Amino acid sequence: MGTENRRLPKAPTGIQGLDEITGGGFPRGRPTLICGSAGAGKTLLATEFLVRGATEYDEPGVFMAFEETAPELTQNVRSLGFDLDDLAKEKKLVIDFVRIERSEIDETGDYNLEGLFIRLGAAIDAIGARRVVLDTIENLFAGLQNQGILRAELRRLFRWLKDRGVTAVITAERGEGALTRHGLEEYVSDCVVLLDHRVTDQVSTRRLRIVKYRGTAHGTNEYPFLIDEDGFSVLPVTSLGLQHEVSEERVSSGVPRLDTMLGGEGFYRGTTVLVSGTAGTGKTSLAASFVDAACRRGERCLYFSFEESQGQLTRNMRSIGLDLEQWSRKKLLQFHSSRATFYGLEMHLAIIHKIVQDFQPRVVVLDPIGSLIQAGNQRDAHTMIIRLIDFLKQRGVTAFLTNLTSGGEALERTDVEISSIVDTWLFMRDIELDGERNRALYVLKSRGMAHSNQLREFLLTPQGVELMDVYVGPERVLTGSSRLSQEARETAAALARQQDAERKDRDRMRKREALEARIVALRKEFEVEEAEAETASTEDVSREEAIAENREAMSRSRQADMVKGGGVATRRRGVR
Amino acid sequence: MKKSVRTREQEPLSLQEIEERNEVTPETWQLRLYVAGQTPRSVAAFANLKKICEEHLPGRYNIEVVDLVKHPQLAAGDQILAIPTLVRKLPQPLRKIVGDLRDTERALVGLQIRPAAVGE
Repeated sequence: MGTENRRLPKAPTGIQGLDEITGGGFPRGRPTLICGSAGAGKTLLATEFLVRGATEYDEPGVFMAFEETAPELTQNVRSLGFDLDDLAKEKKLVIDFVRIERSEIDETGDYNLEGLFIRLGAAIDAIGARRVVLDTIENLFAGLQNQGILRAELRRLFRWLKDRGVTAVITAERGEGALTRHGLEEYVSDCVVLLDHRVTDQVSTRRLRIVKYRGTAHGTNEYPFLIDEDGFSVLPVTSLGLQHEVSEERVSSGVPRLDTMLGGEGFYRGTTVLVSGTAGTGKTSLAASFVDAACRRGERCLYFSFEESQGQLTRNMRSIGLDLEQWSRKKLLQFHSSRATFYGLEMHLAIIHKIVQDFQPRVVVLDPIGSLIQAGNQRDAHTMIIRLIDFLKQRGVTAFLTNLTSGGEALERTDVEISSIVDTWLFMRDIELDGERNRALYVLKSRGMAHSNQLREFLLTPQGVELMDVYVGPERVLTGSSRLSQEARETAAALARQQDAERKDRDRMRKREALEARIVALRKEFEVEEAEAETASTEDVSREEAIAENREAMSRSRQADMVKGGGVATRRRGVR
Repeated sequence: MKKSVRTREQEPLSLQEIEERNEVTPETWQLRLYVAGQTPRSVAAFANLKKICEEHLPGRYNIEVVDLVKHPQLAAGDQILAIPTLVRKLPQPLRKIVGDLRDTERALVGLQIRPAAVGE
């Protein structure tokens, strides 16, 4: 048993997801054991393995049935779209029913199971089969007594299958404390797959796990799987990483002012948008606007509604001017309404997964995501939503999730604490004021873009969603009619202030005019005084001159000596 | 070999044909032994069967040996898995005995010969 590092050749199962987690399928030319309890889906998985092999990989197959007859089997899988009759006619499939009736069999002495080998060999040769299913070979243990012979023969059978080079799938019932009831895992050691069907809180979930796969790195987790009208599908969701490609492209939210708040262009394509808020804040309307915008761009949208039916949604959205029906008609929009509690979480995930793969949308809405929590416990819901988001991101789908925040909780806490994995988080709340409730929206976070920090009033109008500036006054934030009345008050006050200012202006003008007039008057007075003063001084001079002349005349007349006039004058002046 | 023992070598008969033949003498035991090639075990099984028949059903039996190596398509008809398998086609109901018939007592019980033998 040397360790072989070369890649094992694989036989693709063609089953959605299973090839991904097994790294390409079951080991080619070797037996694979599928175990699980009754109703876990073993037969179906085995059948699909054969059918896909025959139809998609040109590998005919032999189905050896130990439980169901060929007609039963054919009928059972017909509902899944497999027509075994057709395949049998085309010589791509042989169904051999092996019936063992213990009551009519006695054992005496030695024997082997050569008859089974011969039957199987003949069937393989008849169509050149490359694949073989033995379902459920453990029934042999019920039909035959000699366990020693049986075990030896089974060991020989698996050896023989390997020698024939067929890829075999052996199903076995789950045993207590062991993988299979009769310990078949002892013989089939290359690949063991375990199917599980669990019912928790009255909700059933199917899960698949690769217990063992010799020589191959495989996913070791439990993967939810789904059985529906297209057969089996496994969701390799936990194997998703963070390797998705990022887009620089922006998509409009459908509300122009919201786009403005988000750096002017809206969301990044392929990101996850969460809208949370209390009841009736317009989360669904916002989602519908986004869908409407996407459809307008010609993108396919998927709308998963866990609360409202399609009819109800389209009717309600019509009231805000959104005609979603036209997009449904153009096959751009698909609604999927189901009660969250109707399936288990994994089932929801599986269904969403599958529909997304079939429809290939660019936009997916989950409304409201919180409903899913009702379908499972919080931890499950958390993982599931992360898986879902990863899955959508990987496909470049823009996801729009809504979440109801109940009043009792911290407002900005979402139930499932998914805020850390969403890229854009819009928060809607209502503002109760002056006997009315109004809606407000703000951007709590938006990765990778400059976004507005403003609170906006969110209005639902017959023309759609509109965002208004809220009134941010000195006292408080106002919305609705308070905003309107406050605005009216503001306008009135402003008018009054303006009139007041105008009046003051006029007063000032008047005052100024008055003052200016006084200035003119004073100047006039001053001029008058000035003129008077001048006149007075001129008169003085002339009088002095006149006196001097007189004195001269008198002295002349007295014939007095001519003395210095100054002395006389000085004395005289001192007297004066 | 006795005339009543016929080994299928050539033309495989259809099961229906065989059954039609068997209906001719209802009191005759119709036994069919499935083997796969001439292995020591099949030879032993045939010998053991013959001995039992000669002893308990003298002149009232008919053994047909079917070699599945030569006629693999016949395995499905009687739902044969184990080799050797002895099928009692008649009298009804159908019985199957798996093994080389080494244990005569068990073989007699399995063929439901034993109670009759006791009554004799």
